[in-house]
Amino acid sequence: MPEYSDDVIKKVLGSVKTIAIVGVSASEAKPSHFVMKYMQGKRYRCIPVNPGLAGKTLLGETVYPDLKSIPFPVDMVDIFRNSEAAGQVSDDAVAIGAKVVWMQLGVVNAAAAARAESAGLTVIMDRCPKMEYSRFSGEFGWVGRNSRIIDNRRKILGAGRAALARDAIGKGKGTL
Amino acid sequence: MNMQGTKLADYGFNTLSVHAGAAPDPTTGARATPIYQTTSYVFDDVDHAASLFGLQQFGNIYTRIGNPTQAVLEERVAALEGGTAALAAASGHGAQLLCFHSLMQPGDEFIASRQLYGGSVNQFGQAFKNFGWNVKWADGRDPESFRRLVHAKTKAIFIESIANPGGVVIDIEAISAVAREAGIPLIVDNTLATPYLVRPIEWGADIVLHSMTKFLGGHGNSIGGMIVDAGTFDWSRTKKYPMLSEPCPSYHGIKMHETFGDMAFAITCRVLGLRDLGPAISPFNAYLLLTGIETLPLRMQKHCENARAVAQHLSRHPKVSWVSYANLPNDPCYGLAQTYCPKGAGAVFTFGVRGGYEAGVKLVNSVKLFSHLANVGDTRSLIIHPASTTHRQLTDDQKTHAGAGPDVVRVSIGIEDVADIISDLDQGLAA
Ligand SMILES: Cc1ncc(COP(=O)(O)O)c(C=O)c1O
Repeated sequence: MPEYSDDVIKKVLGSVKTIAIVGVSASEAKPSHFVMKYMQGKRYRCIPVNPGLAGKTLLGETVYPDLKSIPFPVDMVDIFRNSEAAGQVSDDAVAIGAKVVWMQLGVVNAAAAARAESAGLTVIMDRCPKMEYSRFSGEFGWVGRNSRIIDNRRKILGAGRAALARDAIGKGKGTL
Repeated sequence: MNMQGTKLADYGFNTLSVHAGAAPDPTTGARATPIYQTTSYVFDDVDHAASLFGLQQFGNIYTRIGNPTQAVLEERVAALEGGTAALAAASGHGAQLLCFHSLMQPGDEFIASRQLYGGSVNQFGQAFKNFGWNVKWADGRDPESFRRLVHAKTKAIFIESIANPGGVVIDIEAISAVAREAGIPLIVDNTLATPYLVRPIEWGADIVLHSMTKFLGGHGNSIGGMIVDAGTFDWSRTKKYPMLSEPCPSYHGIKMHETFGDMAFAITCRVLGLRDLGPAISPFNAYLLLTGIETLPLRMQKHCENARAVAQHLSRHPKVSWVSYANLPNDPCYGLAQTYCPKGAGAVFTFGVRGGYEAGVKLVNSVKLFSHLANVGDTRSLIIHPASTTHRQLTDDQKTHAGAGPDVVRVSIGIEDVADIISDLDQGLAA
């Protein structure tokens, strides 16, 4: 598993606003669907990308066939494809001016990552943004997840993308 | 974005024992973990409720499935064991039930070491039979005896790291190699060792179980159990574990392993096991156990130091025929103890009294400081004569295999002054 410092991941999640989710499924039972819905709930704008669903609406957003068809800029590209297919998607992310390439758990393409990094992008591989977000927000602890974080302050409400009071109040462990 | 926190790798075991999983309460700033004594939690709206019930989002629903005090305890034990996630249960036995429920179908088998707590021998051999889950017994001292029992229906191997009551140290790494070759998970009950002495995941365990009733809680005041997921097992490689790898009818067809990755086992035990079978821990017990764990390293040091001194004393006592404590240099487990638990072989051990069954009964009736009861891992020193109590239900053969023959006395050495512990045993043996 590639290693990333907590600071790198926090910086990514704290700075991006628009996320294209490539390979997202229309099925409510699939992790990609979960991730999109969850990140929307944290006030990220998520743009679904899936050629098989192009033109349809998913979770309130128009689905695009590929990254290049999205008519506005996206900050991050989250890839739910196999490691090999992730290479082309990553190159497309560079081409459309994204700032971050994120490959999901189990997805690693070192050559594509090197190309994206040399174009100035930040690359995270073999991680899930929903899991990372949950880890930093304290939500992960709700299901006994070992967050690997020790915190001596209460989470400050109202700071950052996810910081809706509704996410924090009364749930024991706060939010960002 | 205000995201606090540092990498856990920066912290040692003592720090984790005090802090892991806990943070100041976001609403009140309370520093100690509050007892969330509530059955249920409000939903923000229908969509939020739907996301929680559909497992699309984590959050609190109902205390049978999870509770914020319990969650801190779970994260703490997961951190101490080096696992990915954990699930607390009402008791150690409850944790074992949830664990096997996620692995077994009727007609399946698992292999367990004979060197187990007597209650586990009963649960596996009797209660589990009613579910069609069949146990095969191996010799915990002989890893090859596990290999010989593996076949197509075998779903797991179960051992204790330091076995109750015999104080036998098990070769976890050798048995984990058998499990890995067989493509099945190794489950280690780490109750008597605690992660202070042994961290089974580092030796190849895929699942670690605890009766927190013992040394983790440590004060003899609360029953509780824990399942720790190491995150190491690939549940989707075969179709042997359908609850983890196949679409789940009660959650719109989601696949647990696909969705929850390296914490799929802990989540499955919670959302399919705990939800449907129900052995939830009470928030108050979770709080007491959490408080106990804060001093785990200090207590375990003292328990082990006292136990070693008492075992040495008894090994020279004329009324004692043998002492089975893995920290004594002539013990058959001494070598394994040096490998697996160099900080100490725990505080539970057995010895043989000259005079057999009657002498054992006389000793437990004569002690004044030791408490005669069926528990271990209390601050207080405890004593029991297994043949007449905990292991009474077993056959003579099972008793001997479980280290509970007629002359056997089991002690759990507390954290009192060691001189007082020794003099109580001396007067009891002289009686
Ligand atoms: C090694 C071991 N495992 C499991 C258990 C069962 O735990 P509980 O009594 O919390 O159900 C015990 C209890 O004595 C034990 O000693």
